[in-house]
Amino acid sequence: MSSWLINLAGVAVIGLIVWWFGLSRPKAQRAAGAGPLEVLVDNGVYTPASIEVAAGKPVTLRFLRKDPSPCAEKVLFDELGVSADLPLDKPVTVTVTPAKPGEYEFTCQMRMYRGRLVAR
Amino acid sequence: MTETATVTRLSISGMSCAGCVSTVENALKSVPGVTEAMVNLVERSATVTGSADAQALIAAVRAASYDAAVLRGIDDESEKEAAEMAHYRRLIRKFIVATVVGAPLMLAEYLGWLPHVDAPEALGFWLVVTAVSLFVLVYAAGHMFIGAWKSFRAHNANMDTLIALGTGTAWVYSALVVMWPALVPAAARHAYFEAAAIIIALINLGQALEMRARGKTSEAIKRLIGLQPKTARVIRDGKEMDIPIAEVGLDETLRVRPGEKIPVDGVIIDGHSSVDESMLTGEPMPVEKGAGAEVTGGTLNTSGTFLFQAKHIGADTALARIIELVRRAQSSKPAIGRLADRISSVFVPAVLVIAVLTFLAWFNLGPEPRLSYMLVATMTVLIIACPCALGLATPISIMVGVGKAAEYGILIRNGEALQQAGKLTTVVLDKTGTVTAGHPTVTALVAVNGFDETRLLQHAASLETGSEHPLAQAIVAAARGRSIGLLPLAGFEALSGRGVRGTVGSKPVFFGNARLMEEQGIALGELPARAAELSRQAQTPMYFAVDGKAAGIVAVADPIKPDSKAAIARMHALRLKVVMITGDNRATAQAVAAQVGIDEVLAEVLPGDKAAKVAELQARGEIVGMVGDGINDAPALAQADVGLAIGTGTDVAIESADVALMRGSLHGVPDAIAISKATVRNIKQNLFGAFIYNVLGIPVAAGALYPFIGLLLNPIIAGGAMAMSSVTVVSNANRLRFFRAVEAKA
Repeated sequence: MSSWLINLAGVAVIGLIVWWFGLSRPKAQRAAGAGPLEVLVDNGVYTPASIEVAAGKPVTLRFLRKDPSPCAEKVLFDELGVSADLPLDKPVTVTVTPAKPGEYEFTCQMRMYRGRLVAR
Repeated sequence: MTETATVTRLSISGMSCAGCVSTVENALKSVPGVTEAMVNLVERSATVTGSADAQALIAAVRAASYDAAVLRGIDDESEKEAAEMAHYRRLIRKFIVATVVGAPLMLAEYLGWLPHVDAPEALGFWLVVTAVSLFVLVYAAGHMFIGAWKSFRAHNANMDTLIALGTGTAWVYSALVVMWPALVPAAARHAYFEAAAIIIALINLGQALEMRARGKTSEAIKRLIGLQPKTARVIRDGKEMDIPIAEVGLDETLRVRPGEKIPVDGVIIDGHSSVDESMLTGEPMPVEKGAGAEVTGGTLNTSGTFLFQAKHIGADTALARIIELVRRAQSSKPAIGRLADRISSVFVPAVLVIAVLTFLAWFNLGPEPRLSYMLVATMTVLIIACPCALGLATPISIMVGVGKAAEYGILIRNGEALQQAGKLTTVVLDKTGTVTAGHPTVTALVAVNGFDETRLLQHAASLETGSEHPLAQAIVAAARGRSIGLLPLAGFEALSGRGVRGTVGSKPVFFGNARLMEEQGIALGELPARAAELSRQAQTPMYFAVDGKAAGIVAVADPIKPDSKAAIARMHALRLKVVMITGDNRATAQAVAAQVGIDEVLAEVLPGDKAAKVAELQARGEIVGMVGDGINDAPALAQADVGLAIGTGTDVAIESADVALMRGSLHGVPDAIAISKATVRNIKQNLFGAFIYNVLGIPVAAGALYPFIGLLLNPIIAGGAMAMSSVTVVSNANRLRFFRAVEAKA
């Protein structure tokens, strides 16, 4: 009986992994009008990691890198063909225009840091 | 959401009075986000406070009919290097602390000196070990645990997740065994504190070594940045003074003495010198420059002293634009890396699933002590998996490859161009300015029907004063060289693909090819035979007719660049078909082609048809690289799979093509292709290594070999392998730094 429970728990954990990392999405923070939105680059994550923007309009993000690991030194918007070097502790402004509604990922070179622009 | 106020300093040119000051100030204040703008007429500068983008400020100044540029030097790498050095030292400290705790424990365990973990008399000892190893986890791996937690909350998983789970599980299980041994079966009572500490030590060491190796990958950028001098000698109010380069304004007069680097881009206004531009263009011969000549920041003044006026400063200089282009290209990815990217995106969650499956497999099928096996195998799977090696494989090679190309004066626009350049099957070379020097001269004059050479050249040159074509300029220059006075010209007209017409003196004249003469019903007599002979000698003959009668032939030739033949031989060695495209007549084109070893000639092609010819080659299945000047050949460069713009010096249109060759030599083409092939080969090695490492490592870690040969990997070995896998990828990419283009000859 206990072995069934453990197997069942294992399968449930696999289900949770697939759901949490694959199917569900973090709540997007909305980029409001005027000024640039600050994105903190620290501890292996972009904060906020999910940003809601208006499709077809330029959006300016101001990245501030606090993580000294070289993994964090570049940010790439692959689908939008934009990239920037992020020096430590110096804000870097990046302006991108997601043309159509959809999700646009921004990542470090190794795709360990991952964030998304959700264009609506 | 916050807005950060920054101060931007601009150099303003075109201001002459106090009225200008208020106009520029108002223009700057009208930009959204500007809170304060102050213009200084004496310094011709503006200081702007607010959140507005520098480009928006410059646009506003330009809209007010002035010019502006940001006052700044190129950011040097010293701050970045200092930060990296500090991080490196931190990682080494963490490695040492974790090793000091982990290594004695591991040794004592190996030698059997440790008391058993559930022995009541040893509880005090094990509690101390538990606390000390917790300190190691917090001090040397705290950032990984925080990173793992923050990633988890963002529905993301990365390397930190794997390390934190692997070492965290080991510590929690061991602490449980120490404090509540009854919860664990007697056979499975084992502590893994030393494994957790040593794994953390190895991961920190691996990251430190990777960081060292990575520093070398950006050497090319550092070298380019290092070309910019720190100060400039400026002349203000008649006085010479040395100022920081970031303070040099537009239109300021600067002095450059022998042996000094030129600080910014500008135009020589007085003096003469020989300038070494090899550090930027790869062109080994110094270039003579006098008044009116353009000079480029970062190049070296060798002999004379001169004064020049600054025309481009800060981010607008050629050097800054080259650095920006190289940086951008280094961040871009070719198609070859996309598969690895897709795998990287799901890699860590997939490893987590495999770890759970491993746990269940050992639970259901493993021998006793099952719990120990379950724990060790699961931990080893988490530790050995290396998403970093996979993620690094492509970008790190692109970094080194693009940087290496820049050292050869080759600017590659992006990773895609780099990958494509290595796949080319055909290279199309534009003749004029690419295979040849692009400076034609008059080489033969054949006068008939009562004309002599002087009158023939006088009439032809008089007509060609109406044209800006290089051949026309060669004819006018020849007349001037012989001190022949020119006649008045009226009614000049260019006849596309045939030649030109006009009235010289009072007589109608025609100048062009046989088709033009035929259309005009002009008898050529024996001239076509002479023309054919000249064509065979790689000269371009043109017929000249005055008043309805043939007057003779003017032949011009464009000398072949001295190294074109050797460069084309290198292209053949790279198994490329070499095609030459030209508007010139077939016989001349073939004569040039024969001299340099071209495989196929596309002659008499009108400028507008070059792109169509490239498309025809592509339709035949060829992957075409088009080499041209980047301005006249722009459509053909765009049509080609890879467009290579060739120029002399930094004035090559570096933004116009996939690849810009700053050295005028055709050797840039095989160099670019050889670097591309070497980089793509390096990426493939990295990807293969990273894939194989994970594909073999993870099943072995899970215990796939245990049923056959009884092998179960030690998690410490897994930690070492994981730490070294990224270092190996970076080190392999670093091998590209030793690439030498001459090797491509083989």
